[in-house]
Amino acid sequence: MATDVIVRPVLEWQAGTVTAIRTETRQTKSFTFALPKWMVHRPGQHYDVRLTAPDGYRTERSYSIASPPERVGELELTVELIPDGEVSPYMHEVLMRGDQLEVRGPIGGYFVWDVSLGGPLLLVGGGSGVVPLMAMLRHRTAQHSTVPARMLYSSRSADDVIYHDELDGLAARDRAFEAFYTFTRQPPAGWTGYRRRIDAAMLAEVIRPFDKRARVYVCGPTLLVESVANALVQMELPTEQIRTERFGPTGA
Amino acid sequence: MAGLISRGFLGRRRPAEVEDRLPPGQYLVTDFPVLSAGPTPHTPLDRWSFTMEGLVKSPVTWSWEDFQRLPTQTYTVDISCVTKWTKLDTKWLGVSVDTLLKAVQIDPAGRYVTAYSDGGYTTNVPLDEMVNGQAFVAYQFDDKPLEPVHGGPARLVVPHLYFWKSAKWIRGFRFMDKNLPGFWESLGYHIHGDPWREERYSGD
Repeated sequence: MATDVIVRPVLEWQAGTVTAIRTETRQTKSFTFALPKWMVHRPGQHYDVRLTAPDGYRTERSYSIASPPERVGELELTVELIPDGEVSPYMHEVLMRGDQLEVRGPIGGYFVWDVSLGGPLLLVGGGSGVVPLMAMLRHRTAQHSTVPARMLYSSRSADDVIYHDELDGLAARDRAFEAFYTFTRQPPAGWTGYRRRIDAAMLAEVIRPFDKRARVYVCGPTLLVESVANALVQMELPTEQIRTERFGPTGA
Repeated sequence: MAGLISRGFLGRRRPAEVEDRLPPGQYLVTDFPVLSAGPTPHTPLDRWSFTMEGLVKSPVTWSWEDFQRLPTQTYTVDISCVTKWTKLDTKWLGVSVDTLLKAVQIDPAGRYVTAYSDGGYTTNVPLDEMVNGQAFVAYQFDDKPLEPVHGGPARLVVPHLYFWKSAKWIRGFRFMDKNLPGFWESLGYHIHGDPWREERYSGD
């Protein structure tokens, strides 16, 4: 778990202006912000979002960055709607193009990957846990990197797959990238691929060409992350090559 | 910046007695979210030990069995994670740091503690903020053995600081003459981490 101490600028709140809102799935939308004080980030980092009511009441949440650092001046966050949440329903139902939202970041320095770290790269995601992994892939593409990369992505059904077209398009164009999906509730008609929760056997199949050289990033619900990380340790992958980001049943 | 009101945002209010216990920017949870940077270590109890070392006259190490014989206390505390959640009235059983400190003689220069864990995690806390009932090493949560995902077999709990200071999978304290940044503190998080002053990130 060695880390380098890097001097960082103070993270100030800034008002981002919403320039685009895109519906990704029934439960997720991507929000693009123009930032007056944009800073380069490392793929995998997140931003904090702060909402303020007229009487001064405030609340904050953290959301993973979906955009690559190559998109200068802009920030894209993909946010899952938590129906009884406080911030995600506001973003999904109230926030419009032209609105301002206070954000600060980028934050976090361990669950990050950039091309300088090399590969081979295995990205394992569950649900909206795919968001920071997508920032890594988008960065890899923007850098024309040929680092071998695979994504193993668990969703309930095909309708819940975020960035589906983009991932399929990338897999079709980029011979060094492959996407593997597994569907835990409702696989699409005629689906011949995985249709269960990610388990050790599935991981072993997907990781095979990379073997113990793989750098693995795992993001998703706690149970998924625990079982994947434990399985990787059982396979004797060095623990420093396994980086995790988790979210519990409580969202935002 | 202070001024921006979020158009159309009213917020989800809680009763005042709850609201008053939520540090700025935090929201209430009733479950127990899990956040860790890497795989969960699973150290067998017969290979677990707890050590106090560094600027002490002679280091001390307890086996799991010995550690269980130390006097315990129950604690009911509110905990706040830098990722914004706060959980009220969490119930722990553990050994007060005051109790542990009776076993060593600390050099007067040893004013800072690096807590270190299985898996290589570290975090730094000033000794002043670990004494007088402010911190404990817990091995039960809600009357049950502490689960590995929550830091079991034992974790440090320093409830008045953001929860990354409450190192999971704790294995020891190293007494230091300087406030050496730990794992998250080296990655842009605040050196101190007081939720009531919203000391989330370096420079806050």
